[in-house]
Amino acid sequence: MNTATAAHISSGDPTPFMASEGLSMAFGGIEVLKNIDLNIRAGEVHAIIGENGAGKSTLMKILSGHLKPTRGTIRIDGEPIALSGPVDAEHRGIVLVHQEILLAPDLTVAQNIYLGRELKKGFVLDDRAMNDGAAKAVRNLGADVDPVQTVGRLSIARRQLVQIARALLVPHRIVIFDEPTASLTPVETDALLKVIDDIRRSGAAVLYISHRLPEVKQIADRVTVLRDGRLIATRDAAELEPIDMARLMVGRDVSKLYPDHVPPGDTAPILEVENFDVPGYAQNASFTLKKGEILGFAGLVGAGRTELMEGVVGLRSGRGKVRLNGKPVTFGTVRNSMAAGIVYLSEDRKGKGLLLQQDLRTNLTLASLNKFARGLLIDSAREKTALDDAIGEFDIRTRNKDLLAGQLSGGNQQKLLIAKMMLLKPGIVIIDEPTRGIDIGTKEQIYKFIADLAASGKSVIVISSEMPELIGICDRIVVMRSGAIVGEVSGEHMNENEIVVLATGVTTSEVA
Amino acid sequence: MTDTTTTKASARSFWRDVDLRAVAPFVALFLLLVLGSFAHDNFLTTNNLLNVMTRSAYIAIIAVGATFVISAGGLDLSVGAMVAFVASLAIMFMNAGSIASPLGMVLAAMAVMVLIGMACGLVNGLITTIGKIEPFITTLGMMGVYRGLTTWLSQGGAITLRNADVQATYRPVYFESLLGIPYPVWAIFITGAIAAFVLYRTSFGRHVIAVGSNEDVARYSGISVERVRTLTYVIQGLCVAIACLIYIPRLSSTTATTGMMWELQAITAVVVGGTALRGGVGRIWGTICGAFILEIVGNVMLLSNVISEYLLGAIQGAIIIIAMLVQRSLVRKS
Repeated sequence: MNTATAAHISSGDPTPFMASEGLSMAFGGIEVLKNIDLNIRAGEVHAIIGENGAGKSTLMKILSGHLKPTRGTIRIDGEPIALSGPVDAEHRGIVLVHQEILLAPDLTVAQNIYLGRELKKGFVLDDRAMNDGAAKAVRNLGADVDPVQTVGRLSIARRQLVQIARALLVPHRIVIFDEPTASLTPVETDALLKVIDDIRRSGAAVLYISHRLPEVKQIADRVTVLRDGRLIATRDAAELEPIDMARLMVGRDVSKLYPDHVPPGDTAPILEVENFDVPGYAQNASFTLKKGEILGFAGLVGAGRTELMEGVVGLRSGRGKVRLNGKPVTFGTVRNSMAAGIVYLSEDRKGKGLLLQQDLRTNLTLASLNKFARGLLIDSAREKTALDDAIGEFDIRTRNKDLLAGQLSGGNQQKLLIAKMMLLKPGIVIIDEPTRGIDIGTKEQIYKFIADLAASGKSVIVISSEMPELIGICDRIVVMRSGAIVGEVSGEHMNENEIVVLATGVTTSEVA
Repeated sequence: MTDTTTTKASARSFWRDVDLRAVAPFVALFLLLVLGSFAHDNFLTTNNLLNVMTRSAYIAIIAVGATFVISAGGLDLSVGAMVAFVASLAIMFMNAGSIASPLGMVLAAMAVMVLIGMACGLVNGLITTIGKIEPFITTLGMMGVYRGLTTWLSQGGAITLRNADVQATYRPVYFESLLGIPYPVWAIFITGAIAAFVLYRTSFGRHVIAVGSNEDVARYSGISVERVRTLTYVIQGLCVAIACLIYIPRLSSTTATTGMMWELQAITAVVVGGTALRGGVGRIWGTICGAFILEIVGNVMLLSNVISEYLLGAIQGAIIIIAMLVQRSLVRKS
């Protein structure tokens, strides 16, 4: 399937290109990294895996100069150095590809790629050279993006490729990827893994953070596992199967990621959507959802799954028939659909799900504030109780209840978002990319939560780009392509091949 | 060793819990009072301070309204012109003399001001939300409209309250006191208390902060962003009307230049008070503190004779920039 398989492990070079000794980091007296001894060899892909809060991001921020460690030494070519900041790190050839998209949406692809290092002819910008260079840089990543296209009009996956292209333009000796494939489709992921393989072949090192363990197995030469801020092990990837990695990360056996779920019998549908149009995104979509069912929506990024659901719940304008419990309904606004017991959890947790600058309590009760009002007043005591309950029920891990939502890890943000929407006591839960950027331990919890929800008689729609997770938890999977529903699979037909064929419109042999 | 680290850590966490940005305006006000006491012996007298607060009342009350608009991610540049427009219409209403009793006339005029003020705010709000026009542009346009209408109503001159009885009845609202505290000062604190209650303790207030924090999150949480934003402009209009209530008895007259530049002073008070111009943070008492700071600076300059009072505008302009720099550095520390 892929040419980028784990290649030879570079023969015992005595001086690693970059190494850390006893690296520790504390925030406000709490140690989040403890005595990390890591070495990175030239020409290797070194994967860093660990659960959320294990300290991966902090370690990457230290190595790329964004944070200064509390204790410990960083060596480059054996020499101890102190990185003064990300610019200094870049000068030393260390580039970080951020997890978040950091591009100016109103500038073009080429303008973004060359931002801050524009090519000039005398005093005048050399647009032609920059457009050519950008086109080449993006093509090297196996993508076809017009360099004069405005970045704001690109899909998230393409924006990410532009971001990677921008980072790789710097002369680099070590490239740090922070969960680069979280929002990529399988085809795009394969392309990216090829790029990473190319970087390795060029003799540079790659630090690769990912939650997708099969990918790690596929691309990495060595794997370092972090847990609770400690380095648990560094092993050759050849020695580890994904299940071993998961066990090291969690510290216990995780053989059963997906919970058991009994599909509902032949009951009347609770939600029926017929010939639904969301102008520009989805046409003629029809599907049904039964009580107690978990229905998956598969498709490539940009297939219109998110927009269709947003149209159905009234977040976008859309036209079509929607029947709830057999009765026709129209939701002009999302308030109406919430009142009818349908909630939609956005894939964009940080942009549309939570107020990152506000505290946990404000976020938790935001959608259901009227339940906490006594007359005109908000009953803050009841809000606090609700937060305590939610922290317990959804296992939200926070060192302090006064934190801002933005200070939680991704997995805990997702749990908070779920807790927030569950306060509305919905009968139908639509959850978009429920585990994007979330570690395996939290994933397991979220799958169990979804299964329990269905077992308690609620209905769930899961939109996901991760096919194993759809196959693992769903009763049926609807596949969308270019805004249209192109098929539905269930039972033994629920496998990656059949879904890929439907989602891409080509046969498997062509995909490979 | 262990002891010192724990006490250090707890001291640090204490300072982290206190939001320095919320405290900064009050510290600045305190320092200004200390400075003022050196400038002139009469500065730190009850009389002078009450006087200063009375004069700051219009800006303070308008700025309380602006705190709502700005917290929700909006902006209102039309408030100064709106004061002139609302007050002019109220004086013309009283001059029309359709009610015989002077007290009845004043009360009716007050009701008229509240209604017109809220209507003006509603217009601003609907144009920005339904018309989907940037608040800066909307209220810049409406500033011209309200100002132009006032100029037209006054035919370029002044609109003066002619009925002496009505004037005599209304006058105490600015010049008299209750329990030794002038009515305008009462008005500041009552408006502030109600506004703080609405912003901090009600669902609507929470929605204002949510909309200003992140419009999308608010929308995906089932909050009607348009309704919340529009209501903040209506509250702004109401606050402008309250400012007019205590403005008219002072001079009993308006001209085409009434309330000129007040929008900038109101925004300055809001920002100096610690409210973020990008929205999502609202500090009512900080805003009122900001309005006091602006007025006290003028008062100190007047009393001290060191700096020419013609430099007042420059000093106030510098204050807003210094306040921003201080807040920026506090953010970095925390």
